[in-house]
Amino acid sequence: MLTHLPILQVIVPLLAAPSCMIIQRPILVWLFTLTVSGLSFLISLALLQQVMISGAISYELGGWAPPWGIEYRVDELSAVLLLIITFVSTVVLVATHASISKEIAEGRQSLFYVLYLLFLAGILGIVSTGDVFNVFVFLEISSLSAYALIAMGSGRRALWASYQYLILGTIGATFILISIGLMYQMTGTLNMVDLAQRLPEVAATRTIFAAFAFFIVGVSLKLALFPLHVWMPNAYAYAPSVITAFFAATSTKVALYLLIRFTFTVFGFSYSFSTLPLQPLFLGLGLLAIFAGSATAIYQQNIKHLFVYSSVAQIGYLVVGYSMGTPEGLTATLLHVFNHALMKSALFLALAAVIYQVGSAQLKDFRGLGHQMPLTMAAIVVGGLSLIGVPLTVGFISKWYLVMAAIENGWWPVAILIVLGSLLAIAYVWRLVETAYFSDPTPEANPVSEAPLAFLLPLWVLAGANIYFGVDTRLSLHLAQAVSQSLFGVSP
Amino acid sequence: MMILGLYSYWIVIALMMIGLYIIIAQGNLIKKIVGLGIFQTSVFIFYITVGKVEGGTAPILAEAYSQYSNPLPHVLILTAIVVGIATTALGLALIVRIKESYGSIEESEIQEKDNPKC
Amino acid sequence: MGILEHIIILTLLLLVAIAITRLKDLLAVVMLMGVYGLLSASFFVIMDAVDVAFTEASVGAGISTILMLTAISLTGRTVSPIGHKPVLAMILVIITGGLLVYATLDMPYYGLVDAPANLHVSPRYIHDSLHEIGIPNAVTSVLASYRGFDTFGEVVVIFTAGIGVLALLSVPSPTPQEDTNEIKSQNIAMHHQHLVLRVISKLLIPFILLFGLYVQFHGDFGPGGGFQAGVIFAAAIILYAMLFGLNTARKAVSLPLVRLVSALGVLLYGSVGIVSLLNGGNFLDYNVLLPDPVAGQHIGILLIELGVGITVASVMIIIFFNFAGRNGHLLNNQSRRK
Repeated sequence: MLTHLPILQVIVPLLAAPSCMIIQRPILVWLFTLTVSGLSFLISLALLQQVMISGAISYELGGWAPPWGIEYRVDELSAVLLLIITFVSTVVLVATHASISKEIAEGRQSLFYVLYLLFLAGILGIVSTGDVFNVFVFLEISSLSAYALIAMGSGRRALWASYQYLILGTIGATFILISIGLMYQMTGTLNMVDLAQRLPEVAATRTIFAAFAFFIVGVSLKLALFPLHVWMPNAYAYAPSVITAFFAATSTKVALYLLIRFTFTVFGFSYSFSTLPLQPLFLGLGLLAIFAGSATAIYQQNIKHLFVYSSVAQIGYLVVGYSMGTPEGLTATLLHVFNHALMKSALFLALAAVIYQVGSAQLKDFRGLGHQMPLTMAAIVVGGLSLIGVPLTVGFISKWYLVMAAIENGWWPVAILIVLGSLLAIAYVWRLVETAYFSDPTPEANPVSEAPLAFLLPLWVLAGANIYFGVDTRLSLHLAQAVSQSLFGVSP
Repeated sequence: MMILGLYSYWIVIALMMIGLYIIIAQGNLIKKIVGLGIFQTSVFIFYITVGKVEGGTAPILAEAYSQYSNPLPHVLILTAIVVGIATTALGLALIVRIKESYGSIEESEIQEKDNPKC
Repeated sequence: MGILEHIIILTLLLLVAIAITRLKDLLAVVMLMGVYGLLSASFFVIMDAVDVAFTEASVGAGISTILMLTAISLTGRTVSPIGHKPVLAMILVIITGGLLVYATLDMPYYGLVDAPANLHVSPRYIHDSLHEIGIPNAVTSVLASYRGFDTFGEVVVIFTAGIGVLALLSVPSPTPQEDTNEIKSQNIAMHHQHLVLRVISKLLIPFILLFGLYVQFHGDFGPGGGFQAGVIFAAAIILYAMLFGLNTARKAVSLPLVRLVSALGVLLYGSVGIVSLLNGGNFLDYNVLLPDPVAGQHIGILLIELGVGITVASVMIIIFFNFAGRNGHLLNNQSRRK
């Protein structure tokens, strides 16, 4: 069985999804989904171990050798992402049963889990595959289930947000399809490793240039890179709360994975950074994202919206690190992928707990919440400190490495701007903390009690991880560096 | 042959752009989905044009023929057509719910209801 | 002669697309989309893509048109004249279109036998598939065996769409007694209005179902396969529902059963892969299913195509019934608001 781990990672949730239709009772379906997610987490651990010891794993689907058959290719980058995705998924699922009991009608709850598993299988598939068209298929699986999951959020705004996401997301996916078609036309293959070997011959053609350009635009839409982020704030804010927690930690990371995978492995580092002005473009857009995102977050009354705009800013940090084009920059970006997943999933899970107890997440609902829901608010404080980048939290580690990478690159202005961005984060986090701890609840607000254990347990696992990995960085740093080395090693 | 080839590609590009134009410019939600469909179908036509081999026949192997058109783009497009209808179905379902909740399927009216300009 | 057809169809497509842009009546737009789909299917035939043409005709021109008609029956026919952003759209379109035209300048010439796309991976499919897999339809060989995992993803996509539509649109079905009451009053009305259609369809539906089965199992030897067959099968049920009433159709086709069946199709496909794993091969390796590899390929392809057909048929039925069933819900809501 061990040789089949790459495909089991995707097949287990993929086949579990229709099986939920047979089980039907919501609480059983929830337990089933939780078990499947936990199993996927164990598989990802085993895969990571294998990859770290012996390098990239290749798996031939259907028994046909690539490029005639589809190949699954799990290298260090894939394995780390598999780990992050399955970990966040399992932790978030612990709280899901309670959370959706108040947000989704009972008749639809088992459908929710089917879609959840389909989304999980979709993103795991994107990360594991070595065939570009297979990427497209699983991208669509994850996107379609995402649109449906978001639309299950309460209120009509969830529907409108989901529709807008559908339109923009499909345009992005179709651009990626165009890109694949152009690449196929010039090389005759769909396998990533094979493409990497054949693209250099045709790299100077206008067709490949167009293929690259279309890909960059398509993936930037999915990445929610400023200014193509417009679908994200509403889509994440109005989705069911646990979905926001899961998506915020994983969905855009997978788009970043695609960006890194295609620019480093398929097109090759030297081509990618020299053909299009990728470096200045992404650096500029990343910096804009940091400031526009953080600034908009400060004015938000709805706390879910606040943290989604904060995510827009965080994606900016990721892209700035990527744009440096150095191993240090990429290491910093990968560290931040790991850390941001921990930060945002904790924050949104805490918000899910608040919504469960209070019923909404407006700033005014947080008045005095620090005393009424102490454990939940404490977790939000930890997450907030992480966002700012206070030492002893994972956020500090990411910012530190990012600034160091910028300085090593000679980009002093960028380093200063990164620090300034953190200062903006202080503004929006402080607003929330002040309202929660230093204002009294409004007279007409009902008294609320602490969230149930179903929320507190996973919440503090994540918040604790924020602190633990902020102190003991050996694991995350080792992984990030291993990935960075493998990516810079293979490209010319 | 070259003229025909370039003509094919350029018409397909024109079709793609008409589809894209409809998606962005039109305010009616159903027309946007229609535009999406035109956009996607034109991409399919482009792919299939790539696979055509002059003097070839459909890739169903038989003794009488030796030259076949390329089967790989066909397979990719079969999958892409299914993805397209899946997206359309989901989009239309969203529109039906939006109509029930907002009472309208025009983008400007919906945005007006969400952000009323008092 | 081929060149003339080629140019005519492409030009017609262009004209239809431009007409769609300008029309304000959604019914006309949907009809023209059906025409667009059929013209595309004809173009695919000229391009030797017969399987694709079949799928485009049944899915793109057939199902897509039905779904859109059902949708506009719920949302209204007219497009409001306000609310366009032509300037932004034109700018984006010109940039994107320009980039694509730029890309065509270096492309290999159309139809070239030795274009890179035709030289690298595909020759093996054409030359070796007969003795590796043993079926004439090379597209089915690639779809079901060489790239079978993509097709698995495709089945999952259509399953996801079905679940999504269920999550968004499903309403509690009326009880059998309510159904029976509805049927009696509906039957009399429809019998008067659509007598010819009802008689003819009753004659045709068994043949349509039979044709669906033929397409399902003959996909190895000619154009066809699971997707097309599933759609045709669903079309027969949809025809019945349209002419005899949703309530009557619900009595014939139990919706909870169809939901279960859609999941079973996906599971069937996956099980074939799991059996391969258990027999010592990789996932979806049909060579290990039976002692003779080629026979294994045959049984593997047969089973997965069956899984595909089952899921596609049931999902199409689910989607249509949920759209059509929403009509009553919408009317009830409106009468309540008054």
